[in-house]
Amino acid sequence: MNDYFKTCLYDRHIELGAKMSPFGGFIMPIEYDTIINEHNAVRNAVGMFDVSHMGEIFIKGEDAEKFVNYIFTNDVRLIEPGKIQYGMMLYENGGVVDDLLVYKRAADSYLLVVNAANIGKDYGWICQKQEGFKVQINNASEIWGEIALQGPKAEQVAVETLGLDVKDLPFYAFIETTWEGEPLIVSRTGYTGEDGFELYTSLEKTVKMWDVLYNDAHVQPCGLGCRDTLRFEVGLPLYGHELSEEISPVEGGLGMFVKVDKNDFIGKAAIVKQKTEGIVKKVVGIELQDKAIPRAGYDVEVDGRVIGHVTTGYHSISTDKSVCMALIEKAYATLGTEVEIRIRKKTFKGTVCKKKFYDKNYKK
Amino acid sequence: MAKTIDGLYYSESHEWVKVVDGVGYVGITDHAQQAMGNIVYVDMPDVDDDVEQGEEFGAVESVKAASDLISPITGTVVEINEDLGDAPELINKDAYDTWIIKVNMSDDSELGKLMNAADYAKFCENEEH
Repeated sequence: MNDYFKTCLYDRHIELGAKMSPFGGFIMPIEYDTIINEHNAVRNAVGMFDVSHMGEIFIKGEDAEKFVNYIFTNDVRLIEPGKIQYGMMLYENGGVVDDLLVYKRAADSYLLVVNAANIGKDYGWICQKQEGFKVQINNASEIWGEIALQGPKAEQVAVETLGLDVKDLPFYAFIETTWEGEPLIVSRTGYTGEDGFELYTSLEKTVKMWDVLYNDAHVQPCGLGCRDTLRFEVGLPLYGHELSEEISPVEGGLGMFVKVDKNDFIGKAAIVKQKTEGIVKKVVGIELQDKAIPRAGYDVEVDGRVIGHVTTGYHSISTDKSVCMALIEKAYATLGTEVEIRIRKKTFKGTVCKKKFYDKNYKK
Repeated sequence: MAKTIDGLYYSESHEWVKVVDGVGYVGITDHAQQAMGNIVYVDMPDVDDDVEQGEEFGAVESVKAASDLISPITGTVVEINEDLGDAPELINKDAYDTWIIKVNMSDDSELGKLMNAADYAKFCENEEH
């Protein structure tokens, strides 16, 4: 376990007896109690996650807006400072470098929050593309901690327990404030399909905040196990599964986050081509009739021929159904199409469905 | 700490066997259920299927992952635990009270290749370090 990075909350996870496992180069908590209890805590009350492994990259300078829009698929000109956009960084061929959130602090100042496993790759990519742009790039991933507070009671806990003025903070907006004398960024975002906040502060204050939240009996510590079941149920993609160097946003069903009508950006030509000429494979949802569980990598078949594979699958905790997301040939992607999934020695019947298996409960 | 029970036979792949009148009851150990977490599905063979010592005969699935079931004994399946269809979590509640299959054993001497409770407890401890 010595080859992995530890977050600032590592000692807390060990003290709480969490089951630990490598994820994205870090050694991270998978569960403290059980995945099912933690999952239900977030759906019904409130849970907190150590997501300090996520990367924070700041981009500032005269050309920051132009540069971010050049490397990012969404269009940051469309939002005001204090707002956030989801999108991707693409390769020229339309494959995905990473999916990320962009926080617009000012027209000339942005925060990019990227996946832990991709921090080094993303930072290298961004630096490599900055030539000709007047920007300063700062990878601050190692000095910022992050806690995600998620669930229908997250607002109450943020206001009453942490004393934050976030009652009226809209979805996908953020404030920059201080907490215990240190800078704090609070955004109304998350990766669970529930209302909630992501809280970025110094490593020291992240630990302090964790302790304050832990002492609030409402708050369930939650591991990455339920983070995955929660995001999966509401159809949110995970890089490396539903998006990757080989799976473009259009193929991933996330074309709405690629603004092809803006000026040139990396990967634009490839995406325009996919949108006009069509794609050959697509990420869909599949619901099985049986309780057997489709896992990532399992084959999807029609008439005995492999037409794709499962990207993420679970027995959904909130709906009690075996469901998955799968990357399959576009010809079979129509809702209602009957397919089979090979699970060990047998195949099981399934039906193509929407990849949102559970309704999101975001703040309106 | 994971429990063990005297009188059962244990495999390195964390299954147990209890022998009653020549029939082997097969389940997974407390150590295995603790390591897996919430069990949500058990893939079982059919009655009359043959199972072989050291060979896969099904799978136990937690929320996160599937783990193959490896038969600790050779023989023919005479009964499967139908309760697990609706309540796979019984294994989490009591791994030793919850058998998965009953096997008509064809070779009692195979039990000699399995561990007793004390040896299995030591085996688990070594595996963790």
